[in-house]
Amino acid sequence: MADTAKSFSEQLQGFWVTFTTMFKKVNTVQYPEVKEPTAERFHGRHQLNRYEDGLEKCIGCELCAWACPADAIYVEGADNSEEERFSPGERFGQVYQINYLRCIFCGLCIEACPTRALTMTNEYELADNDRAKLIFEKEDLLAPLRQGMIAPPHPMYPDSSHLNYYKGEITGSHPSQEPQEPQEPK
Amino acid sequence: MSTTALIGQDPGWLILVKGLIIFVFCVLCTLMAVWGERRIVARMQMRIGPNRVGKFGLLQALADGVKLALKEDLIPAAADKIVFIIAPIISATTCFMAFAVIPFTGEVTLFGHKTALQLTDLPVSVLYILAIASIGVYGIVLAGWSSGSTYPLLGGLRSSAQVISYEVAMGLSLVAVFIYSGSMSTSEIVAAQHQWWFSVILFPSFAIYVISMVGETNRAPFDLAEAEGELVGGFHTEYSSLKFALFFLAEYVNIVAVSALATTLFMGGYHALPGLTFTESWLGGWFVLFWFIGKVVAFFFLFVWLRGTLPRLRYDQFMKFGWKVLIPTSLVWILVLASLRVMSQRAVSRTIVLGFSLGVVLLVVLASTIYDRTTTKARQAASLPDMPPPSFPIPALPGQLVINQIEVVKELEIHHG
Repeated sequence: MADTAKSFSEQLQGFWVTFTTMFKKVNTVQYPEVKEPTAERFHGRHQLNRYEDGLEKCIGCELCAWACPADAIYVEGADNSEEERFSPGERFGQVYQINYLRCIFCGLCIEACPTRALTMTNEYELADNDRAKLIFEKEDLLAPLRQGMIAPPHPMYPDSSHLNYYKGEITGSHPSQEPQEPQEPK
Repeated sequence: MSTTALIGQDPGWLILVKGLIIFVFCVLCTLMAVWGERRIVARMQMRIGPNRVGKFGLLQALADGVKLALKEDLIPAAADKIVFIIAPIISATTCFMAFAVIPFTGEVTLFGHKTALQLTDLPVSVLYILAIASIGVYGIVLAGWSSGSTYPLLGGLRSSAQVISYEVAMGLSLVAVFIYSGSMSTSEIVAAQHQWWFSVILFPSFAIYVISMVGETNRAPFDLAEAEGELVGGFHTEYSSLKFALFFLAEYVNIVAVSALATTLFMGGYHALPGLTFTESWLGGWFVLFWFIGKVVAFFFLFVWLRGTLPRLRYDQFMKFGWKVLIPTSLVWILVLASLRVMSQRAVSRTIVLGFSLGVVLLVVLASTIYDRTTTKARQAASLPDMPPPSFPIPALPGQLVINQIEVVKELEIHHG
């Protein structure tokens, strides 16, 4: 008798739990209207970074593409010339594509990048209605130009080598780096 | 004038109107029930539930219905086509039919006619409901069988076994009501509860009815027929589009039907709560509809609460509970009740009645104590003899668990200071 009564009261406790839960604060986030910030190091969309004078960090080495377990990255490197320079040093990434239909956001590409050109942002809204739109090109991935940056192609900072860039000694652009004959108005 | 005589004078068109009202009521109830259930269960799980379609998501069920109607209607190649189509129709129509004898209100005026909102009344209307519920089982069995697939067959088999088993307990729990009200007509049963609800004076019957009505409607925790992990969708696995919608409708109308029956038989039907009887004359008698629907909603909440709280039973536990607990308890209770009834009819002295009741209570206590003792002894006998405690990678046997846990705690204390 006592056992039965005890197990019965234990059964009722469960009902009390669900009943009181009804009046607790809900955990749901009303997503499209309310957006909560992600974790600081959340793996979102990639970004191709620039040096402080606007030159690209990517050297077209393809290490990211080789590191990618999902084969989502395609890179084609090309040579910089004195007339047309995109990155300090010898080479730059001419074609840079990330296929977000394949990407698993593991971050191995970021670990592989020797110049910190490739990093990940916290942006996670990457859905689309067209498969082709989910292959991001270089211009989709490049970081925007900040204050003091000049859009490449332009020459390197005067009297500097790619090592100065690599060591972070270039902190802004120099007037001599401005395009000589601006073809398009700013 | 009795309700039977009152609704016996209805002209044909009024019967049609009442039929329409009942149909609309059932469909509306289903729409609201689906929405309400999802909202309440969501709250119990600290979620919000559907809140997008319409204000508070009220139109969610309607949107789901439209979606279902627009879906492709598949009939499996292995299915028995005719039976496959008939099965959901049987399920959906029978559950509506139960409402024909449910009294929604007492005497009211409808389009200038003095009548009661009850389609018809039979001298055996409760038996009629039980009969209709049994026919509803055919829908499930035929759906499972005609799908030509294993899971639906097993699900259908389970459902039918379940519904039939719990119908026995349900029928037995109703016997007490028949004994007390002296009638099987729903309106007369409601009238018999004018002073005391049967849920109070016949509490064991009420408890058994409430348990068996959950089993009868295949609802959690007794939703074995739709145990997703075991049977996919149960009997309706192969159904899609409108045919699936019919099963869905049937399930919810069934819930409302058993709730309405519970209200009618045990909760005083459309009568107001005790102490509020003056409200029964409000709005020309129509206000009692509020009480009726309120009680049905309360039962529906119970259904949702059960679903939100209890895990699904195992099939053998479920059957054991039905046949070895509910049915014997019902039988003993009816026996006691019938004896008391006969005693009161023969005007037996109060001391004898009290002595009889006391004897019954003592017998029950004695029986359950002996049962408890034997189960405890059986458990002790099953426990393991003394064995050396196992070393770390070997899992502990049930009897050794406590010793092992203590050791783990000690080890942790040593390591972490």
